[in-house]
Amino acid sequence: MTDARRGPSRMRPLWPLLAAMVVALSACSGGNNTTSSGGGGQVTLNTIWMKQAAYSDDEVKAMITAFEAANPTIKVNAEFVQYESLHDKIVTAQSTGNGQYDTVLMDTPWPAEFADAQIVRDITDKVPADFKSGVFDSAFTSSLYKGKTWGVPWINDTKFFFYNKKMFQQAGITSPPKTWDEVVTDAKLLKSKGIVQYPLAWSWVQAEAVICDWAEIAAVMGGASFIDDQGNPTFNKGGGLAALQFMKQTIDDGITNPASLGFKEDDVNSTIAAGQAAMGLNWTYGYNVLNDKTKSKVAGDIAVTAAPGGSSASTSGVNGGMSIAVTTKTQHPDEALKLALWMASEPMQEKYDANTFPEWKASFDKTDLTATNPDFWAAAKSAFAGLVARPVVPYYTNLSNALQVAIQEALKGSKTPQQALDEVAAKVPDMKK
Amino acid sequence: MAVLARTRRRVRSGRPWPESWVAAAFVAPAALVIVLIVLIPLGRALWMSVFDIRLTRPGVEPFVGLGNYLEQLTSGDFWAATWRALYFTVVSTTLELGFGMGLALLMDQPLRWRWLLRTLVILPWALPLLTQTGLLHSYEPFLSDSDLAMWMVIVADVWKLTPLVAILLLAGLQSIDREVVEVARVDGAGPWQVFRHILLPLLTPVILILLVLRTMEAFKVFDLIWIMTHGGPANSTQTIAIYAYQTAYQGFDFGRGAALGYLIALVIMVLAAVYLRLLGRTGQTM
Amino acid sequence: MRVLLYAGMVVALLVILAPFAWLIISSVAAPVDLLERPLKWIPAHITFDRFAELTFGGGGDENAEGFRAALVNSTIIAGAVTALSLVVGTPAAYAFARLRFPGRGWLILAFMATYMLPPIALILPLYQIMGALNLLDTRLALIVIYASFVTPFVIWIMRGYISSISSDLDDAARVDGASRLGVLWRVIIPISIPGLLSTALLAFLMAWDEFLYALIMTQTPAAKTLPVAINDFIGRHGLDFGLLATGGVIAALPPVVIAFVFQRYIVAGLASGGVKG
Repeated sequence: MTDARRGPSRMRPLWPLLAAMVVALSACSGGNNTTSSGGGGQVTLNTIWMKQAAYSDDEVKAMITAFEAANPTIKVNAEFVQYESLHDKIVTAQSTGNGQYDTVLMDTPWPAEFADAQIVRDITDKVPADFKSGVFDSAFTSSLYKGKTWGVPWINDTKFFFYNKKMFQQAGITSPPKTWDEVVTDAKLLKSKGIVQYPLAWSWVQAEAVICDWAEIAAVMGGASFIDDQGNPTFNKGGGLAALQFMKQTIDDGITNPASLGFKEDDVNSTIAAGQAAMGLNWTYGYNVLNDKTKSKVAGDIAVTAAPGGSSASTSGVNGGMSIAVTTKTQHPDEALKLALWMASEPMQEKYDANTFPEWKASFDKTDLTATNPDFWAAAKSAFAGLVARPVVPYYTNLSNALQVAIQEALKGSKTPQQALDEVAAKVPDMKK
Repeated sequence: MAVLARTRRRVRSGRPWPESWVAAAFVAPAALVIVLIVLIPLGRALWMSVFDIRLTRPGVEPFVGLGNYLEQLTSGDFWAATWRALYFTVVSTTLELGFGMGLALLMDQPLRWRWLLRTLVILPWALPLLTQTGLLHSYEPFLSDSDLAMWMVIVADVWKLTPLVAILLLAGLQSIDREVVEVARVDGAGPWQVFRHILLPLLTPVILILLVLRTMEAFKVFDLIWIMTHGGPANSTQTIAIYAYQTAYQGFDFGRGAALGYLIALVIMVLAAVYLRLLGRTGQTM
Repeated sequence: MRVLLYAGMVVALLVILAPFAWLIISSVAAPVDLLERPLKWIPAHITFDRFAELTFGGGGDENAEGFRAALVNSTIIAGAVTALSLVVGTPAAYAFARLRFPGRGWLILAFMATYMLPPIALILPLYQIMGALNLLDTRLALIVIYASFVTPFVIWIMRGYISSISSDLDDAARVDGASRLGVLWRVIIPISIPGLLSTALLAFLMAWDEFLYALIMTQTPAAKTLPVAINDFIGRHGLDFGLLATGGVIAALPPVVIAFVFQRYIVAGLASGGVKG
């Protein structure tokens, strides 16, 4: 790897000036050393994780503690940040100097940019074969770019369809909707009977969350291949366009809470929890929140199923997986990879399954695990078999930012869905430069 | 003043240090803090801003001269974000000065329990920004409407910073010679006339300082908006600092990001220059 | 007229206090009550669990431990920044107010200019420098960074304050043989105590509330400040607004207590400072 030279080469003009500061300040510095190895072969790994959804801080810490117990020569420092800060902190930290982290948590759309920016290592040859065959393919795609593996898949997640059974009963609806058309029909019924003013709540804030909802709907309305193999945008036709038109229609019909444009996933949860929405898409963790009596007024009334289908597929799930990547700048790649594989191992994933499903296919056949909520496990199993990925392109963050704005403009009605998406499509050649 | 200085110099018999040396010694520690923490990074940022530095394309960092700057100056997104920042700046600064003046006049009155107001007035400022925006979170629907979102951000800013403006204006009020006001009252001037013809002219320097201080701070607003809306919905609160942050950290484009940082700084410098001219005109010396 | 003034005061207090009152209510309301829309002023269930959690909660309670560590960090950082910027800023302010020297106007301008720089222009190079110095995730890093924008502010306010003190006092002391430093130490500073205190409060608040630098530069409870720790409350199981509110109420207390103690100095001090240009 040639990347080690990249950061320092840009730093060099600073060194003479810095030398004076080092002398002045080093006496009082108490910072944690970057990828330092102590005496006696002791290795310290600095790692970064996120604070939301999926595994909780405590679960991650427990997994790490178990890892340290099994590997007494390795010590692991864990930092937890909000998802919103994760990307930018990794970029800041790893693009300067020696880098701060040995492993980083990498969201599904990031491998391309992280790989091109040489932030993370190619570990294609280092992932054991039984790992590759044991986990869902969809989990694996979350760390693929240019046919290579850039991280160990760790979280396998998608957006499920949550609904309020009690409200459905009141409206005389007997079974959950199987398609988005049925969702609209049911929502109109719930609204007309005065059961809830806005039956649908969505996470359509100007953030990654709105892309996830859009992609998930697009996948069943003609497909969610947003960028074709030649790198040309296709999100402004087919599934992408149909999904956006559908989203806009639900606002015009008055069945979507207009505040959705400011909602994150948590707000969708709290709206459903307050009994002010009957249906919504959310990640796995939503189930426990919504059925927790101390946090939800509708605990016990919430059921979950696979996302509704459309013209081109009977269900879909957006790939919300995340992987643990080993950084290029780490001095302990082997230990870092060992940690990543430990976190993703079948025993760890099955032990901590309260908020996150394991990514191992075999886990779904173990009745002692699935017994707690067989329907949810079954929904997850079918969803994980075919998750749709968001485009894996090196300019993803720029593309996503532009799409978020375009989608919101269309939803507000200041542009038609076609117009809004076409404008982003026209910008793609610029982003690729 | 010159005569006085000369007198001083004579008095200071046998002291070896000329005044400018003393000044240098007095200013040096502060200058050191600034040079180390600000000038070095600033120089580095300037250097980065003339290269095309993309993290996603390591090793290829061509020199582009003023290219990054020219590109921004001809970009619609840049100007849109600049106008949003100016809109935010003008509205919030005006409101803060208006409310701040009212609050200052109120705190200046000999009212019972006035100490309570004077103490509690810093409360909005003491409250961490995050808590405050969490507060507005309860009114999320407003933040989802792009026309209202900017106003909610402005309301949050005004609530938080009016106290600072009020305290400094109150300080200005207190330094005014009360006899002038009394004389005017005796001559039959009403409260409005006293304010309009006596207090306001005397407060002009303070108002000017605050106006420009707040203008410059508001123009580079970041924390407040980032925490509340991330620039949304539909970019309706994407001010110039948010735009710069997104360009650098989310677009992996540090060259353009650095250039944007400089463009923001330049606008603020221009404002500062205008400010100093205005100050000079009102007879204040730097 | 007086009635109107008192009415104005009540309105002002309401505008200032209502959001704060709502925070206090949220901090003691049960999570389910916080789901009510529209919001209710009187929660059905009152709980002081969150205060107990943040003040006494321990043993792996990351929120509580992180919060308390952050309270300590913020206090140390804001205190150190205040002290540092007053110590280096006051002599500089004196020099700008009293001494004639070449480049004086230019230097004042330069100091003010640094105050106006957007953090966005500096944060990446600063991160690189702090990384190279091994100072990331330390309080020291935040102290020096904050000092860089609080110091110009202190100079600005204190210069105005010192200008307003009659220079006859300086001259008298100098006739008695005092050096410039002696004048500053024995004459100017004792008179300026109110100005120094109020400037200190404003400086403290600037460091207390900073978010962006703290977010990027800190990683662990070793250096995280209150805004970052409170940001962490917006954690996994959704926004626990109650915990956020509790953190905010506790975090607002130190500055308010300081303001209360120095209340009568704040206005008296600023009356002569800052506002004179």
